[in-house]
Amino acid sequence: MAVDNNSLSTLVVKRLALGLLLLLAISVLIFAGTELLPGDVAQSILGQSATPEAVANLRAEMGLDRPALTRYFSWLFGIVQGDLGTSLSSGRDISTMIGDRLGNTLFLASSAALISVPLAIFLGMVAVHYRDGIVDKLISITTIATISLPEFFIGYLLILFLAVNWNLLPSSSIVYSDMSFMERLTAIAIPCITLTFVVLAHMMRMTRAAILNVMNSAYIETAELKGLSPFKIIFHHALPNAISPIITVVVLNLAYLVVGVIVVEIIFVYPGMGQLLVDHVTNRDVPVVQAVGLIFAAIYILLNMFADIMSIIANPRLRHPK
Amino acid sequence: MSATQVIKETGSEIQSESQHLVGEQAMSSTAYLEVKDLKIQASINMPGKAKKFITLVDNISFTLGRGKVLGLIGESGAGKSTIGLASMAYGRGGCEITGGQMLVEGTDILQLSDKEVRSFRGARIGYVAQSAAAAFNPAHRIGEQVIESALAHKLMTRPQATAYADELFGKLGLPDPENFGRRYPHQVSGGQLQRAMTVMALCAKPDLIVFDEPTTALDVTTQIEVLATIKHAIEETGVAALYITHDLAVVAQVADDIMVLRGGSMVEYGTTDQIINKPQQQYTQNLVSVRSIEKDEKPDPVGEPILKVTNIDAAYDGVNKILKDVTLHLHPGQTLSIVGESGSGKSTLARVITGLLPPMGGATVFAGTTLSADLKSRTKEQLRQLQMIYQMADVAMNPRHTIGQIIGRPIEFYFGVKGAEKRRQVVELLDQIELGEEYFDRYPAELSGGQKQRVCIARALAAKPSLIICDEVTSALDPLVADGILQLLMDLQNKHDIAYLFITHDLATVKAISDSIAVMYQGELVRFGKKSTVLSPPFDDYTDMLLSSVPEMQLGWLERILATRKMHAADN
Repeated sequence: MAVDNNSLSTLVVKRLALGLLLLLAISVLIFAGTELLPGDVAQSILGQSATPEAVANLRAEMGLDRPALTRYFSWLFGIVQGDLGTSLSSGRDISTMIGDRLGNTLFLASSAALISVPLAIFLGMVAVHYRDGIVDKLISITTIATISLPEFFIGYLLILFLAVNWNLLPSSSIVYSDMSFMERLTAIAIPCITLTFVVLAHMMRMTRAAILNVMNSAYIETAELKGLSPFKIIFHHALPNAISPIITVVVLNLAYLVVGVIVVEIIFVYPGMGQLLVDHVTNRDVPVVQAVGLIFAAIYILLNMFADIMSIIANPRLRHPK
Repeated sequence: MSATQVIKETGSEIQSESQHLVGEQAMSSTAYLEVKDLKIQASINMPGKAKKFITLVDNISFTLGRGKVLGLIGESGAGKSTIGLASMAYGRGGCEITGGQMLVEGTDILQLSDKEVRSFRGARIGYVAQSAAAAFNPAHRIGEQVIESALAHKLMTRPQATAYADELFGKLGLPDPENFGRRYPHQVSGGQLQRAMTVMALCAKPDLIVFDEPTTALDVTTQIEVLATIKHAIEETGVAALYITHDLAVVAQVADDIMVLRGGSMVEYGTTDQIINKPQQQYTQNLVSVRSIEKDEKPDPVGEPILKVTNIDAAYDGVNKILKDVTLHLHPGQTLSIVGESGSGKSTLARVITGLLPPMGGATVFAGTTLSADLKSRTKEQLRQLQMIYQMADVAMNPRHTIGQIIGRPIEFYFGVKGAEKRRQVVELLDQIELGEEYFDRYPAELSGGQKQRVCIARALAAKPSLIICDEVTSALDPLVADGILQLLMDLQNKHDIAYLFITHDLATVKAISDSIAVMYQGELVRFGKKSTVLSPPFDDYTDMLLSSVPEMQLGWLERILATRKMHAADN
């Protein structure tokens, strides 16, 4: 037993190391990508009419004239020490700029996850129970419809009905630091529903497929011959054996909730990471873009690693070796 | 406690006496389960056509008294499992119970709603499946699953159920009964799991248990133990049982009555003594009679063996040896049977000989040349000479190839023969396996199990090999079909002078077809020699146990063999 516990922790350590390596590779890509952006911050600060000399001076002042490799390593060195640098456009410390924004994004994403994940798994189980019947088809059609419509369409549709016509919820989702928890929840209600619609179908369909896959197993027949209720069979006997692929898809969607919220944040004017990213791409504030990109990448890698480890732990053969 | 027991016992004595006096009439009124004119059909949905029904079981009637055991016996497709599940009002897949009555203490459970039926399942009628390994949920602890019925039907509280389960674990001879339930299914052996499945059925204190081939998937030495515990449990708890099996010798040990089934209809129904000792129908007589194939050992071979395996050590992980110092040989045109339980290393030996698993040490000499350990470095000629037939003919064939393609492939691969000549050779092979040209364009799915195995034989034969390794080739087949396959293999051996390395756990097969026998146990060769020598005393302990564990078709065999073993154990 001790041996296998060891092998599990070795596995986690290995995955972490691999994740760091991946993050390093991504940092190179991000850096190269931002290098390719046309124009630079000096140009955008000074405007189109600036003389080349003025631009060159500003570039030198900001250290932009150094070779790319030097700039990459000084950036990387800063990050390793926990310093994300300072914004070129505002001169503020990027870590403090991102702090609040990241909190807001995670708040929105986890609210959406708390609604969508249980709902998707529940709907998946209902679909399995009524498989090939009307309820199953209805669930499939509805969720596919919501995933097929673009986020901005669903978002504006919800604003039209919930905010404008019925006046139930606010249409913009601006949040302040001194808002109460309930006020915050009300503010993010519509973007939260929008995000739920976007990720629901994927998770629901995987839950349905994965459970159906094990419904023909002999142990399901055993459960039926014990006289258990159909829902108990699906939840207690089928779901635990189908959990691995479900975890993978759930986490993939969680990652999407964090890094894919850009469109939703822009629609609802929500002060999160996505909006920060778009704003600073516009004014060529490269250090901010790089920092946001790197954080998104880190979250993505971490969540996927988490999914892998959870899938392994979900297998009782590995949790309880002979 | 003891006083009530006495009252109970005298009570039941009086009851049985009165039964005797009143006779038949009283018998049926005390019956627990009464089946009348049962008819079960399977619906097949063909796209664009009306729903079609196939009758699986027809006109089956029987009565089962409290505490009695009825054996249902027949080959696969006889409908015995279907009847067993129907007694729980359950139809597998597209099966529907379309006629008749299933009276449990006078209540026709076929007329009940789903919810009412569920109150019978698990609570009053329990089920023990053929493969406990598949029937236990791998995600939950054994104990949780064992007490689940009792809790779901609110028959016991959790502590009560757990205590009763632990008691049953102990009674059925499971190790460390208090902690056994905390283990997961993959942490215990197949035989233990089968016993745990019996505990699972017993735990809710049902009145009837359906045993669906409970020992078929086990090794003979394990089968005898599980059989004994099941019989003990039935006697101890007074539960009635439907015991389903294809093995008449097994059912003879536990059943009071036996019903012989064939193709969904009843062939014969009577007491166990009557069926075993005085069978009326021809089909039952065939089942009872001992295996028809017998062959004499071939005369001592002269010359070099075709296959010589010396001092083979092998492991999958490079550490835990699955094969330890195995040395044996086989002469051209002869049959060497390798016999042993699962885990004895017999299939691993086949993998080493075929080059799928390079051994850690030792050598394989084939037709005078040492084969390279690795499959990739063997010549095409060496590959051709050594062919293999597998247990599962289904998965050993590409389902999207026709029979003609499957058999034609080695002809083209090894001999470069194409077109009309290839077809002619395939048809010739089809004739040899008694299938004929009309099978040329069929797909494997259109064939029966026995026919599929014949095609696999033809495919091996197409390479004109001098040695065929047969890995449990008849294990998945019914006895009468298996006999046909063995007969075919022996005819082909006489005609083409092929040597067989026959891997099996079935001792009846071994006795029927071998020239020499190798007995393996835990990776070691415990006995090797000519058939007459290996199967004659004095035996080593393991071979003795293996041979004596094969059920014999006699009443009371189980008790006798257990008593003998107890005596031996006492002597030691």
